[in-house]
Amino acid sequence: MALERDKHVAQHALLTLDEAQLLAMYRKMSLIRRFEEKSAEMYTRGKITGFCHLYAGEEAVAVGAIEALYDKDYVVSTYREHGHCLAKGADPRAVMAELFGKATGISHGRGGSMHLFDPDIRFMGGYAIVGGGLPLAVGLGLSIAYKEEPEVACCFFGDGALPQGAFHESLNLASLWKLPVIFICENNFYGMGTLVQNAICQEELYRFAEPYKMPGVRVDGMDVLDVYRAVTEAAARAREGDGPSLIEAVTYRFRGHSMSDPVEYRSKREERIWQERDPIKNLRRRLLAEKRVSEARLDQIDAEVGAVIDDAVKFADESPEPPLEELAKNVYVE
Amino acid sequence: MPTITYAEAIKQALVEEMRRDPSVILYGEDVANFGGIFRITAGLKDMFGDERVFDTPISENALVGGGVGAALTGLRPIVELQFADFLFTAGDEVVLKAGMWRYGHGGAYRIPLVVRCPSGATATGPEHGQCPEAFFMHAPGLKIVSPSNPADAKGLLKSAIRDDNPVLYFEHKLLYATRGEVPEGEDFMVPLGKASIAREGDDLTLVAISAMVPKALKVAERLAGEGHSVEVIDPRSLVPFDRETIIESVKKTGKIVVAEESYKTLGVGAEIGAMLMENALEYLDRPLRRVAIPDVPIPTAAVLEAFVIPNEEKIYQACRELLS
Ligand SMILES: Cc1ncc(C[n+]2csc(CCOP(=O)(O)OP(=O)(O)O)c2C)c(N)n1
Ligand SMILES: [Mg+2]
Repeated sequence: MALERDKHVAQHALLTLDEAQLLAMYRKMSLIRRFEEKSAEMYTRGKITGFCHLYAGEEAVAVGAIEALYDKDYVVSTYREHGHCLAKGADPRAVMAELFGKATGISHGRGGSMHLFDPDIRFMGGYAIVGGGLPLAVGLGLSIAYKEEPEVACCFFGDGALPQGAFHESLNLASLWKLPVIFICENNFYGMGTLVQNAICQEELYRFAEPYKMPGVRVDGMDVLDVYRAVTEAAARAREGDGPSLIEAVTYRFRGHSMSDPVEYRSKREERIWQERDPIKNLRRRLLAEKRVSEARLDQIDAEVGAVIDDAVKFADESPEPPLEELAKNVYVE
Repeated sequence: MPTITYAEAIKQALVEEMRRDPSVILYGEDVANFGGIFRITAGLKDMFGDERVFDTPISENALVGGGVGAALTGLRPIVELQFADFLFTAGDEVVLKAGMWRYGHGGAYRIPLVVRCPSGATATGPEHGQCPEAFFMHAPGLKIVSPSNPADAKGLLKSAIRDDNPVLYFEHKLLYATRGEVPEGEDFMVPLGKASIAREGDDLTLVAISAMVPKALKVAERLAGEGHSVEVIDPRSLVPFDRETIIESVKKTGKIVVAEESYKTLGVGAEIGAMLMENALEYLDRPLRRVAIPDVPIPTAAVLEAFVIPNEEKIYQACRELLS
């Protein structure tokens, strides 16, 4: 399987990346994890209401992929998008404030957890309809191709999106028009409580690339370097004008589907097995084993990240509510 | 009469109708093993087997369109959408197929399909919190019901399942936990197309839909304390629509307020207003008032959501204005 074969390439990536890049990845993963832990806490304390889907466990996918892109590349995501948004460079304050429903939120409190958006960093949005991001990514790709720009559009979606018509329509179009789009399927084995094999006739999700005539690979989504390597290749291809790719990143969400999910559909044993493959601990272990960085340095990063998130929470908490007078602002362009 | 929740009432209707008629099947995302995102169908798979109650992938088009196909050929499918908003994801199948297939094919078919649609804003933002009934009232061929209490939830769902037409059944998320007396037994049905007078009164007609009904009843109570007699009408089914009950009430009161969780423009209130213009203008001594969502997407932030969703105070103010 692609997974095993490419493993040594990922090892190789560890050697070729410089320390600053490796630490940047570690920092971002740690930041996302801490952000999600705090979100859970704030949800339990009633500071965050509505839906809140956490990304803990899947950090390597967002970070590995987005580190392989340039700042000007576009990212489209789902309702489980805190991680992608932060990895793309959003200010944790603005993201946390959005979860709190505050005026200072990244979407001014209009969208909440599922609708993060920041055009300045080309994070084109979380969106709450399963499969809804893919057609949008096709449009971004179309626009890039039309303007003959060098960017790519990178689109994240879950395994649950594959049974949607939007998935198939989008892959076909992107391939037909050779658009610079990278489709990244985060296969965490479940769409809510439904197992992949009960939802999709082809469990090897990357194989959906074949009928749409694009490269398809499966990578270890718990290994940031494996994701990084695959996305680097896909991005190079897209920039060359050779069209889209499909990457299946096999991963696991450590928490329930949303904060209100009792997680009755999977075993504790299964959860433990995956927790042992924690992508952050994984990278940490390898960096230390290969003596690329000291433990103290990593601890320091964790501490810094913790302070950033505490500050974000404080900022969100102290921010004002969105003013009622501005309710109708932005329904239309004035 | 036993007192049960709205959620339990829906489940009771499902169980009774599935027992009664083996052609009734039920499917949707996470309905079988997980018991439904709102736990309405918990236990039904064990009761009826996985041939009749089963999970599906996330494929709203195929779910609703598949329901139409199965209905054309003798089954009575009940499709659960996780959120009413996903009717838009399945737009072609709902509007063009379920609604129009029979007519477009010369009446050769029946489409006894029920699509269960959990509706209502719960701080989940623009596309998980709508009450989109009015969008679909505009589409010919669909029946639309929106029960406001457990007894109607049960009785209307049973009627919907037995109906030979496609029915969109809107169950309001914030009503699931509300309790009320519900008649037992297979024979209890509430007919589609018959409004209920939730409270009688002479001074003003207050039409309320779905989760607006309990709010309207509280407003009527408050106004009673101020010496005003308010008649609260719950249309229960929006298509077919019981115009008579509203016209009769307006003949008596001369004043009408409509409270709904739709967007104001072309909402249910707009249709009622037009209907009264055509049929009962001479009885109205004050202009109609609509309490609805201003024409903005439902914002996620709690303060903004609370501001756009009609509340008791807004309904009260609209009534006061007409009563003064
Ligand atoms: C069109 C549509 N149908 C159903 C849902 C409800 N829903 C939200 S997330 C989800 C599961 C999606 O699973 P997956 O794509 O695997 O993403 P994951 O949650 O695992 O990240 C479902 C069914 C939705 N948001 N949109
Ligand atoms: Mg999934």
